[in-house]
Amino acid sequence: MSQMKREAPDRAALSREAARLRGRVIQMSHKASAAHLASSLSCCDVLAAAYWHVLRIDPAKPADPARDRFILSKGHAAAALYAILAFRGYFPEEELETYCQDGGRLAEHPPANMLPGVEAATGSLGHGLPIGVGMALSARINKASYRVYALLSDGENNEGSVWEAAMLAAAQRLEHLCVIVDYNKWQATARSNETLMLAPLVDKWRAFGWDAVETDGHDVAALANLMQNVPNGSGKPVAIIAHTVKGKGVSFMEDDNNWHYRAPTADEVVKAMKELGLA
Amino acid sequence: MRNAFADELTKLGSTDKRVVMLSGDIGNRLFDKFKDANPDRFFNCGVAEQNMMGLAAGMAMSGLRPVAYTITPFITSRCLEQIRTDACYHELPVTIVAVGAGLAYSGLGPTHHACEDIALLRALPNMKVVCPADAWEVRGALRAALRQDGPVYIRMGKKGEPVIHSEVPASFEIGRAITIEDGADVCLLSTGNMLPEAIEAAHALREKGITARVVSFHTVKPLDEACLSEAFARFKLVVTIEEHSLIGGFGSAVAEWVIDNGVRTAPLLRIGTPDRFFKKSGEQEYAREELGLTGHQIADRVARALG
Repeated sequence: MSQMKREAPDRAALSREAARLRGRVIQMSHKASAAHLASSLSCCDVLAAAYWHVLRIDPAKPADPARDRFILSKGHAAAALYAILAFRGYFPEEELETYCQDGGRLAEHPPANMLPGVEAATGSLGHGLPIGVGMALSARINKASYRVYALLSDGENNEGSVWEAAMLAAAQRLEHLCVIVDYNKWQATARSNETLMLAPLVDKWRAFGWDAVETDGHDVAALANLMQNVPNGSGKPVAIIAHTVKGKGVSFMEDDNNWHYRAPTADEVVKAMKELGLA
Repeated sequence: MRNAFADELTKLGSTDKRVVMLSGDIGNRLFDKFKDANPDRFFNCGVAEQNMMGLAAGMAMSGLRPVAYTITPFITSRCLEQIRTDACYHELPVTIVAVGAGLAYSGLGPTHHACEDIALLRALPNMKVVCPADAWEVRGALRAALRQDGPVYIRMGKKGEPVIHSEVPASFEIGRAITIEDGADVCLLSTGNMLPEAIEAAHALREKGITARVVSFHTVKPLDEACLSEAFARFKLVVTIEEHSLIGGFGSAVAEWVIDNGVRTAPLLRIGTPDRFFKKSGEQEYAREELGLTGHQIADRVARALG
């Protein structure tokens, strides 16, 4: 599928891309016995909408100063980022076979200054949004019109640095900045709202001065439209609270937090591929 | 030092449009000239140092040269992970300027003391650690930092310190120590604003018939290895002087270098702050006296070490 720009999002095509992405991430997790599969699956629709519809990017020019920036602030979903970057042509798909292998570039969290398309080394939560704020302020100083997107996990909203950045972005009216929260209701070891009270999350972002909206985080067309509509005329940075299901797309992984750490067996991969319509 | 910093930054910012000033809500009126000249390149980032440091990294990723400034503990230990992961790991030209290092803000209490920052910052890969001795070295350090393509930490005192140089030393470069006075018996290596104490110590020693070389060893990382090699080969005693903990600071860096390089020629005496918080009320001069860091106290220790 070629990148669909500016026209209305093609829901069916974006959903197929999201399913293909899920399939690849499941295979990568199995081969590498890598954790964070469920966290990757919950944000595949966001990534598909961003990389196949919204972002103004040219994989042949990953350092283009005018490019839109997408920061995977929830760096533990690196497998999904690697896969979609490979699908988009930033590096050969065969390199995905080296995920978590000795000597490779595809570490379990995204590396700095090594992989084209990776904007920032993330994995320690609460870093991506401040970096994105710096990029958005730079756009203003350099009179550039690129947009900056940061994908955060819900657990990441525990970090105080997220809210420091949120308040500065609001004070500076950084309307080219967009946060997407992958609100899958789980963090590593517990229900998010039983750990630190995030709810009402959309109200919190709104109270911090953002134009905050809620959406179904698996509705690729809705995600594409909301992300595309940045800046949206409100004069505020945009927060999209995306309600998602951890482990989305595979019945026996959905909303089961054991899959934060578990990797699938070969049989489970086969079953998952069937459910995703990929087998 | 801080006035020199603000003035030099204003000058550098007028010629280099990549320079952006970030303040952690301090320096009331200090940056007015910079702000007037460059209103789009000054940001008060508030009392939110983690975000300030991450934001600085994001700017440096975008081709700018941010300078982030606030009181030492708040711009080092408070946001150490952002310095490590965002600035150092990405090898970004972020200049971190700390005010009130060591016991410069002694009177403000231990929350504002900073005797661990060199240890923390020099452990970070890609980081350069510069401790200017006076206002002129501050200017030299800032000029040099903004020419770097990686992160630099500049550790300043406050204001009104003795001025040693009469201009920016022509030879000022990161990693190159500056000899202030020469002597034959002992080599006093001073980092940061302890230089006036080192000079006072040298003068006190002269009255005892001991002559000292005094060096402004402004860069703790990378070390000036040529300077160290010569000092350890030539003098009967080498002394490190710093307003910083003896754990992990300048003296530790020199001791590591001595061990790693098999240098056995001269003993090393390390002068710095002890492994405890300084909890008493009092200004910097009082604190130094209490901790044995004044010039005459240093001279006494050196004389005893020389026997």
